[in-house]
Amino acid sequence: MSDLEQFRQETRSWLEENCPASMRTPSKGFDDLYNGGRNPEIDHPDQKIWCDRMAARGWTVPHWPKEYGGGGLDKDELKILRQEMAAITARSPLDSFGISMLGPALLQFGTEEQKLEHLPKIARGEIRWCQGYSEPNAGSDLASLATKAEDKGDHYLINGQKIWTSYADKADWIFCLVRTDNSGSKHEGISFVLFDMASPGVTTRPIKLISGSSPFCETFFDNVKAYKTNLIGEEGKGWAIAKYLLTHEREMISGFGAAPKKSVGQMALETMGSDASGRLANGVLRQTIAQYQLDTLVFGATMARVGDEAKAGQGLGAASSIFKYYGTELNKRRNELNLAALGEQALGWDGDEYRGGVISRDWLRSKGNSIEGGTSEVQLNIIAKRVLGLPDA
Amino acid sequence: MALVLNEEQAMLKEAAAGFLAEKASIKQLRELRDSGSEQGFSSDVWGEMAQMGWAGIAIAEEFGGLGYGYTGLGLVLEQAGRNLSASPLQSTVLVAATLIAELGSQEQKQKLLPAIAAGELLATLALQEGGHHAPLQTAASAVRDGDGFVINGGKLMVLDATSAATFIVIARSGGTAGDEQGLSAFLVDAGADGLKVEQRSLVDSRNVGALILDNVRVSSANLLGAEGQAWPGLSRTLDIANIGLAAELLGLSAEAFERTVAYLKERKQFGRVIGSFQGLQHRAAELFAELELGRSIVLQALHAVDDGQADLALMASAAKAKLCEVAQRASNEAIQMHGGIGMTDEYDIGFFIKRARVAQHTFGDYNYHLDRFAQLNGF
Repeated sequence: MSDLEQFRQETRSWLEENCPASMRTPSKGFDDLYNGGRNPEIDHPDQKIWCDRMAARGWTVPHWPKEYGGGGLDKDELKILRQEMAAITARSPLDSFGISMLGPALLQFGTEEQKLEHLPKIARGEIRWCQGYSEPNAGSDLASLATKAEDKGDHYLINGQKIWTSYADKADWIFCLVRTDNSGSKHEGISFVLFDMASPGVTTRPIKLISGSSPFCETFFDNVKAYKTNLIGEEGKGWAIAKYLLTHEREMISGFGAAPKKSVGQMALETMGSDASGRLANGVLRQTIAQYQLDTLVFGATMARVGDEAKAGQGLGAASSIFKYYGTELNKRRNELNLAALGEQALGWDGDEYRGGVISRDWLRSKGNSIEGGTSEVQLNIIAKRVLGLPDA
Repeated sequence: MALVLNEEQAMLKEAAAGFLAEKASIKQLRELRDSGSEQGFSSDVWGEMAQMGWAGIAIAEEFGGLGYGYTGLGLVLEQAGRNLSASPLQSTVLVAATLIAELGSQEQKQKLLPAIAAGELLATLALQEGGHHAPLQTAASAVRDGDGFVINGGKLMVLDATSAATFIVIARSGGTAGDEQGLSAFLVDAGADGLKVEQRSLVDSRNVGALILDNVRVSSANLLGAEGQAWPGLSRTLDIANIGLAAELLGLSAEAFERTVAYLKERKQFGRVIGSFQGLQHRAAELFAELELGRSIVLQALHAVDDGQADLALMASAAKAKLCEVAQRASNEAIQMHGGIGMTDEYDIGFFIKRARVAQHTFGDYNYHLDRFAQLNGF
């Protein structure tokens, strides 16, 4: 038996023994994913058991090095683990910004000490992180951020405000962009620091969105201490780290462009019926749906092509710059088509007959996809300038 | 198959780009047009293409071809699109050779395919009858008569009509309009009695013609495939043809786009280059995104042919519909962003929109293929 085959057998029997039955059902959505933290939100006691068992093997972050709490798996082993988990429909044991955003940045830019301090706690789900980027006057123009960090010897004193901080009210720590220097260009003088959200002077206030609720908060800093041991990279050079992290965020958001399980065309057929030739009864809607489904197929082909090119060592080509823009625009189109295809059913806001208004709330929430993580217009600016080489105004 | 070019394909693409830019450029197309060439392409250049093996690029090695598959042919067609190269690559190599390989008997394949691969035989499909591509509506008739058939009808949009030595005429030997059953394919010599070939002048200055078949007699040996059973092979051939045309449209669109972006960086108005205006930047960036999407679906569709995928029809209509949309947008924006100079015949950019619309229309336009895409998706 080959090493990989042996790994598969062992993985299979370990999962069989250790994955609780309740964790072998698909999660209902974002809300019942397990995010860890000092005071984890637990819908089911098995969530924590499952996370702890996986973390003990390093499998909450199977591709991270072992010394930082990861599983140290190579590409083939990782693939096997994912296949075996999928085979029993095992849930992801832990989903967090620590894993998807801060972790990759720390692995790239952190000191050995910082990695050893923070990564294992992320891997074990002990600390939940939030991202302090946007400010009331620094949205698309993120680099004009003004939250001030004053040098006080072994620490910075932080004053200012962040906005659109996802889960700030639930997070334990924050990775935050602050201004340590005002004298140079706006991209210089930005630093990337980590600090505890339980520190004196931190307050958060949730923001209610047009979709009814939201993970977003306003976050205020009033003389908050951030220790210099938690400055990532050099002082004033945080913009490079911020950008690196944003590419991870954009990849995550562009996943929204994937095709839904039941096609919009099928859904419309069920609600509106077809004509004698089998075509959807309303020809206008049929065309719009066909255009959407075509673009979804073609977008999927592009994701596959860029993935194959990267595997072939050609790096992420220019095509990857379109992912965030195109993926989020597609998701907005899909949500509009849900309304068009389902009619009254999709307009429900509350009540069991509308499944709590899930369709209308998703539709409203999707409007934010092309704003957060860099608006569509910012993405188009990036393509025009960096890819096409068109000059600044 | 991974969606990247292997070494052999990358070399082929480079060789095609170099050769076509030198020998079959827009300059040559302009000269052919202005000299009133009826053939619409240069026989010398076609001879060189054949010598490089392009005439048999997708033909199996046992029939004298290179056996590079359709991904290889697609790469050459993409480069032909970039340079607006006029040649029988579409009529003979992409369509006729494919249909012969699909429907022909071993004997017919042995006789015809090596001749095509050697660049000695030009053959073309005669299918469309009305203003639009509607293969199942074929009304041209083929009636059994003794040992053979008598064919009557009219054909339009026959590529390289006045140069082809052999026509593959689709006619109905049974069934009625709309039926898949009853369609037959016949090999008809250019000199056959009762066959009239007329040159037609289309906007792209290529060689396209019309056929009038007035009691044209062919023997049973000229039947390609079984009587009344041409549809499966013809349908597959049309799928492949549309994927090839999508590859050509990709090259054409990419070239028109790149020329336009270069112009945006050089043309000055109001004291600065017009490419610095956000109103143009965002349109260019959106078009770039559409082109990258187009590139992906063309490559995936070409692989679908070579891998023998079951969803070929869906991939073909997706690729053609998407590239029709991309080419329409790229060629329209090319004219608009060039402004007045884009409207002049002296400037080359106008050649792109002309070829784009003919290639879009050939074997079904955006409307045809988006409708078919929806049908194939069950709605």
